[in-house]
Amino acid sequence: MRAEAAFATTRAEGRAALVGYLPAGFPTLADSIKAVDIMIDHGADLIELGLPYSDPVMDGPAIQRAADQALAAGFRTRQVFEVTEAVAGRVPILVMTYWNLVERYGVDRFARDFKAAGGAGLITPDLIPDEAGEWIAASDEHDLDRVFLVAPSSTEERIASTVAACRGFVYAQSVMGVTGARAATSAAAPELVRRTRAHTDLPVGVGLGVRSGDQAAEIAAYGDAVIVGSAIVNCYLDSEDVPAGHQRLAALTADLAAGVRR
Amino acid sequence: MPNPDAGGHWGEFGGRFVPEALIAALDELEAAHTAALADPAFMSELDALGREYGNLPSPLYLAERLSEEAGVEVWLKREDLNHTGAHKIRNVLGQALLTRRMGKTRIIAETGAGQHGVASATAAAYFGLECTVYMGEEDTRRQALNVARMRLLGAEVVPVTTGSRTLKDAMNEALREWVASVEHTHYLIGSVGGPHPFPMLVRDYCRGIGDEARAQFLERTGALPDVVAACVGGGSNAMGIFTAFLDDASVKLYGFEAGGDGYGTGRHAATITAGQIGVLHGARTFVLQDEDGQTIESHSISAGLDYPGVGPEHAHLAASGRAAYEPVDDAEAMAALEKLARTEGIICAIESAHGLAGALRLAKSLEPGARVLVNLSGRGDKDMGNVVEYFDFADRKGQQG
Ligand SMILES: Cc1ncc(COP(=O)(O)O)c(C=O)c1O
Repeated sequence: MRAEAAFATTRAEGRAALVGYLPAGFPTLADSIKAVDIMIDHGADLIELGLPYSDPVMDGPAIQRAADQALAAGFRTRQVFEVTEAVAGRVPILVMTYWNLVERYGVDRFARDFKAAGGAGLITPDLIPDEAGEWIAASDEHDLDRVFLVAPSSTEERIASTVAACRGFVYAQSVMGVTGARAATSAAAPELVRRTRAHTDLPVGVGLGVRSGDQAAEIAAYGDAVIVGSAIVNCYLDSEDVPAGHQRLAALTADLAAGVRR
Repeated sequence: MPNPDAGGHWGEFGGRFVPEALIAALDELEAAHTAALADPAFMSELDALGREYGNLPSPLYLAERLSEEAGVEVWLKREDLNHTGAHKIRNVLGQALLTRRMGKTRIIAETGAGQHGVASATAAAYFGLECTVYMGEEDTRRQALNVARMRLLGAEVVPVTTGSRTLKDAMNEALREWVASVEHTHYLIGSVGGPHPFPMLVRDYCRGIGDEARAQFLERTGALPDVVAACVGGGSNAMGIFTAFLDDASVKLYGFEAGGDGYGTGRHAATITAGQIGVLHGARTFVLQDEDGQTIESHSISAGLDYPGVGPEHAHLAASGRAAYEPVDDAEAMAALEKLARTEGIICAIESAHGLAGALRLAKSLEPGARVLVNLSGRGDKDMGNVVEYFDFADRKGQQG
């Protein structure tokens, strides 16, 4: 299932999509599958599985800790396909990954195995289209979405060339900062979405340190998708045990899902 | 040396593997650097600064007693005599002047042993820039004296508590901080790594080492050296001395990486020798990584060489065969450090001792009287704690045996 399928639904319902992010293998391999099911059960429209990496330069403290925990428990790249296979079918599953992991696995091989597992596509935070020749070819070959990022600092030319390389949706990194950071003012986010829309009809997803249904509703007013990561990871980091984390996640997702439907 | 292509690639190496959010800043930096190099006023200010403040050019010194023992002529480029004690002053003066030219008011830097941090704090003090240095928590403990130096110079030192708490994590943290502050902050990177244009830019500010040495060598001997040798961590001192000789086909270039406990033990920092091609800290290069592409922690007695990546231009020189790279382990480096101290009265940095040790090993296979130029990239004051610990330990082991 590709991202397009989820956006067709949310557009028909006249609302933004809720995208939930969780590193595969966190809090454990089995519980990451469980957590994704919980998010889907409680209203997530798309899922982003993070691929834990030793040097996550785009991520803030919460996601770094989650990735470290998964790696310390022995997480291997190929296990992202297991998780994908276990959760695919109900909503589109994308993988968000630093580029070295894909390159090391083999770009075409990664695309093939991910497609076979039922994956929709990749979000690549440290790969710009200028460096993505091999990935563009592989994603064409295996019919996968490819989501590149635009940022408040992007020039008009770069927004144009980046969205031209995207398929599925465009990721608007609306804060100049790492994941989990809240913008001092949210003015940059609507402005970036507006500038991006001038160059594409693709849906534009916004990540902005969202923690609540109210914040999700705010972003849903101008973005096509509300992407939530650190707050989801924190459900587990802040809980005594995994079952308590699952409970928190269920409540958070329900709140966020209500937010995008307001 | 030809510059990289427009995207910052030397062959398959280099490029920009960073968030889109940083691209505008990298473009701005590249444009500013290109304009600065072409601006005679900038270049003469940098030149004057180097002479009057940095103690440049550094001398070329024929180490006669050492040469006698080695059986070849050993010439040392005395970067240890520079202000702040290493070649690194060249890089920071260039980048700090460029920071001012771009109208930015703050620099951030990563540091391992603290040498680049001290150099950055020094340049920040000189130019009146704000300065924040990211340093792995582990390293702030191992290098407390350099932390004190940076603070005395007015810099803020931020201990990094993520990952392995060493240089690579400090670099991650500097990149994270840069995304958030890029409007008024320059990332004063410490070596020839990172996304384009950093590897080219740092090389351009360090290449004075080789430009000076080549002219000095010709003047003193009427010829070029047979071999040029340097240690390689990220690779700034090595690119600094190699660049002037790249077109001299008769000059063999050797980079010596940290072999740590011994290349065979797996505990080392010999990135080109043992790494695979991958992406780390914004560039495609050789990386010490596991089967999945997770970075492997490096090991070396020398904090300045203890890094699991290497500058992409070195990766290209290795792949093209223009330069050769070999590991030198802790023991070999420390023996060379001691030998230099006893034959010449020069205590060099442990990093530089790797370059010297490699050159002395190579000397055995050279024609007698061959001329070897070694970049003595820094002095050893900062390393005395390690030296004391190392040789005490060796003595005790000797007694037990
Ligand atoms: C004296 C000295 N030499 C060499 C290095 C290694 O850096 P590079 O390989 O960039 O020259 C360092 C780094 O701290 C250093 O202090």
